[in-house]
Amino acid sequence: MSTEEKSAKNATKEYEDIPGTYVFDADRSRQGYHLNMFCISLRLAENRAAFRADEPGYLDQYPMTAEQRQSVLDRDWNEMLRLGGNIYYTSKLAANDGVNFQELAAKMTGMTSEDYRAMMVAGGRSVEGNRYASEWEGKE
Amino acid sequence: MARITAGVGVSHVPAIGVAMDTGHTEDDYYKPVFAGFEKSREWIKQNNPDVVFLVYNDHCTAFSAEMIPTFALGCAAEFQPADEGWGPRPVPVVKGHQKLASHIAQSVILDEFDLTIMNAMEVDHGLTVPLSVMFGQPDEWPCLVVPLCVNVVQYPPPTGNRCYQLGKAIRRAIDSFEEDLNVVIFGTGGMSHQLQYKRAGLINADWDIDFLDRLTSDPVGLSQKPHVDYLREAGSEGIELVMWHVMRGALDDEVVEVHRHYHVPASNTAVGHIILENKT
Repeated sequence: MSTEEKSAKNATKEYEDIPGTYVFDADRSRQGYHLNMFCISLRLAENRAAFRADEPGYLDQYPMTAEQRQSVLDRDWNEMLRLGGNIYYTSKLAANDGVNFQELAAKMTGMTSEDYRAMMVAGGRSVEGNRYASEWEGKE
Repeated sequence: MARITAGVGVSHVPAIGVAMDTGHTEDDYYKPVFAGFEKSREWIKQNNPDVVFLVYNDHCTAFSAEMIPTFALGCAAEFQPADEGWGPRPVPVVKGHQKLASHIAQSVILDEFDLTIMNAMEVDHGLTVPLSVMFGQPDEWPCLVVPLCVNVVQYPPPTGNRCYQLGKAIRRAIDSFEEDLNVVIFGTGGMSHQLQYKRAGLINADWDIDFLDRLTSDPVGLSQKPHVDYLREAGSEGIELVMWHVMRGALDDEVVEVHRHYHVPASNTAVGHIILENKT
């Protein structure tokens, strides 16, 4: 492959056809910057306390879009990801709420925590039928 | 002279740290996870490293969205366990080997790998969970640690090939350090897992086992695996496995696999672990 062909290939997002997945690339990082910066602020106990005392007031410090702000207030985990949030950031918000990583994963898949846990104990979600968006057509 | 004697590949699932910190290692759920590390703890006691060179990733803890270095080398005297949102893990402070880290920085950067130098850095579960599973719960870690933090959170992480070649450069740097040190290199993260959105919970055991096999049989070919294969086959967070190539690159071309452990699940993740020794 020539250098030019390689650059062209690198610019294509070959991962966009993976179903049920947001790959957190530079475009998503740009889109979600303020949302993610809000989430990481909750790493510190004093910020968690301030957020709990006044969620809308605390969010005013972060110039995110109205949609992003609403997704935080609604705890709409998938919407946060769609709007450029990354799971390692949104998990800080979940931790603030007392939701652990497995419970958070269950919520994003639309399963109950019990069903999700049982799926994992049984070996997890198979890759069969879950590689390409075309395999999910009509199922969602 | 300093020398690398062995490499350890190991998952760094946060729930494994929580299970150790809260006394749940004997629960039915976690027992098989920890059983596979019993031999590893014996092995590392025998090997008795002076330094662990630990390749890991930060999970939006020490590095926010403001700054995302691809490779960041920990050159500080010590590294405090970070508060990741539920309080810091109750584990000992991690002590660095500053002279070795400085030597590696000088050597590797002139070898054309442009590292970021970290003179202050907190470390999260990505670094402390591997120490916990390998060393248990001592009052102090029994060796010094040189951390190498790799970006695998924002796509794209460095390529497998780049990681493998960096491992070779780290090997050359360590080989040329004059102090007599036994160094073991850890590559951490993985194995297959996806933590986000509707495909969360993906596990691909066949893919993971093939990855473990090829660390011995075909490490160069394995390092050429394209990123999209990790994302599609091993889940969006499975791409952490590129960090294992740094470990593998730092070893001899020919290695002996002395231990392996694979278990599904720990929380959302397939736990994989391997110990590889240099023949020389």
